[in-house]
Amino acid sequence: MVERRPFATFLAHVVLILGIVVVAFPIWVTFVASTHHAKDIMTAPIPLWPGTQFFENYRKLLFEGMINPTAGGVPMWRMMTNSFIMAMIIALGKIFVSFIAAFAIVYFRFPFRMAVFWIIFMTLMLPVEVRIVPTFKVVADLGLLNSYAGLTIPLIASATATFLFRQFFLTVPDELAEAARIDGAGPVKFMKDILLPLSRTNLAALFVIMFTFGWNQYLWPLLMTTDRQYLTVVMGIQRMINVADTDPQWPLVMAAVILAMLPPVAVVLLMQRWFIKGLVDTEK
Amino acid sequence: MEKRAVFRSSWLPLALVMPQLIITFVFFVWPASQALYQSLLLEDPFGLKSQFIWFDNFTALFRNRDYLESFHRTAIFSGLVAGLAMGIALLMAVMADRVIKGATGYKTMLIWPYAVAPAVAGALWVFMFNPRIGIVAYVLHSFGYDWNHQIRGNDAFALITIAAVWKQISYNFVFFLAGLQAIPRSLIEAAAIDGAGPTKRFWTIVFPLLSPTTFFLLVVNIVYAFFDTFGIVHATTSGGPAKATEILVYKVFNDGFIGLDLGSSAAQSVILMAIVIVLTVVQFRYIERRVAY
Repeated sequence: MVERRPFATFLAHVVLILGIVVVAFPIWVTFVASTHHAKDIMTAPIPLWPGTQFFENYRKLLFEGMINPTAGGVPMWRMMTNSFIMAMIIALGKIFVSFIAAFAIVYFRFPFRMAVFWIIFMTLMLPVEVRIVPTFKVVADLGLLNSYAGLTIPLIASATATFLFRQFFLTVPDELAEAARIDGAGPVKFMKDILLPLSRTNLAALFVIMFTFGWNQYLWPLLMTTDRQYLTVVMGIQRMINVADTDPQWPLVMAAVILAMLPPVAVVLLMQRWFIKGLVDTEK
Repeated sequence: MEKRAVFRSSWLPLALVMPQLIITFVFFVWPASQALYQSLLLEDPFGLKSQFIWFDNFTALFRNRDYLESFHRTAIFSGLVAGLAMGIALLMAVMADRVIKGATGYKTMLIWPYAVAPAVAGALWVFMFNPRIGIVAYVLHSFGYDWNHQIRGNDAFALITIAAVWKQISYNFVFFLAGLQAIPRSLIEAAAIDGAGPTKRFWTIVFPLLSPTTFFLLVVNIVYAFFDTFGIVHATTSGGPAKATEILVYKVFNDGFIGLDLGSSAAQSVILMAIVIVLTVVQFRYIERRVAY
């Protein structure tokens, strides 16, 4: 800050630490609960220090799954694989489709160019949640229910990614394209060998955001899949909590919560620098 | 802005935009137009016969007490979520902007809830507030408050609000911090030389300069509270008890998929679409005139 105010700085640290404690406390409780016997989590107050069942609980959850009527004993590794496949297809698909579309819009003149741009822009205004029933019907008519294609393809169109790439391409000096053309490079070669390497930062940033988006999908898999084979982690958790008549097996549910958070949180933290840049850029 | 250097080809650009366009048409434009059309129909649950009834679905909705209550509830919910999530995030960002030592560490520790799925955030908090074993419920009990979100509507409403706010703080924090760091130091130093203290500097310089970020976040947070919180509600309270947490998105889902009232669900979809369109337009108008000062 401008002037030295040791007390104000101290206060800032206190507030930040308090904030972090509030943010992180639920995760701690969750983690602790996931390392105990189910019987230790039956009565309040529950323990606040990790127990001894860490390996046992996670092994059971990952390889045997939870036996209850709704979660149906689908092993967690299966759900995690599903979530991973879905997140990867969505992230890479969105990036690919938007990259080539933005390239076409920026580097070519063709009829209805602006119309195309606005149609893509419109998708921003139509989140899945507002067109639930008709979209479901379209996917059902196409025979895509209970398939990875149905889970991912409808989510691959992306206005934000197209925008980000368009903005970025507009800042790329024209001389590069001219030089490439003079040297005899066609548009595809220019896109592949010049534009793509230049976009590395944007690609990384979008990947973080889109991977998280894909992994955390909820409503869509809920509608698209009835087959347990396609159960994703996030949906699996919902099925584990909402068990009729009995108490959920909390240690296993909490272990599932930890496992469900791990991949996207890891991606965000590992790629933090690009993520923050990407987040701030895509939205503005 | 336009490019001077362009490539020439009649088929290549169309081939390049085609994948995006096809997906947009099949999964966005067509279903949205279907929703519009269906909202004007009276259909039986099995889709056997339908009748064109103009705007009756809409007038029925606005006469329906359940719907109006859900609307009201959603408005309060999004106001609370936006206000709390932004307020806390702003406080954290101002503090993080102030400290020099450990700023990166604090940032890392505060951004990760962004990556947590809404439904998972709901699961976390449902466990914290579980009336029998939840740690927060336990503390509340010891203070004499008998927390039970499975029975009491207000408790359930508070639960989904807390989960939604908790998840959104990190997003707002990132933006507020970026906004704060973009404010020229010289302005703040000049004010300090003129004798303005930190509080005065915040309200007369920092806060007004931050207003574009604040406004942008307000729109994003309202959209978040309206739509993205579906996972929280569905995974924790399923709209209950006694519809106390039935927000609009949940109602569309519930009426369409569980109640099979297609006409009404479509009309609700159309209203939600109108809300998103208004919010998006507002946001883009503001981006055009972003520099307020």
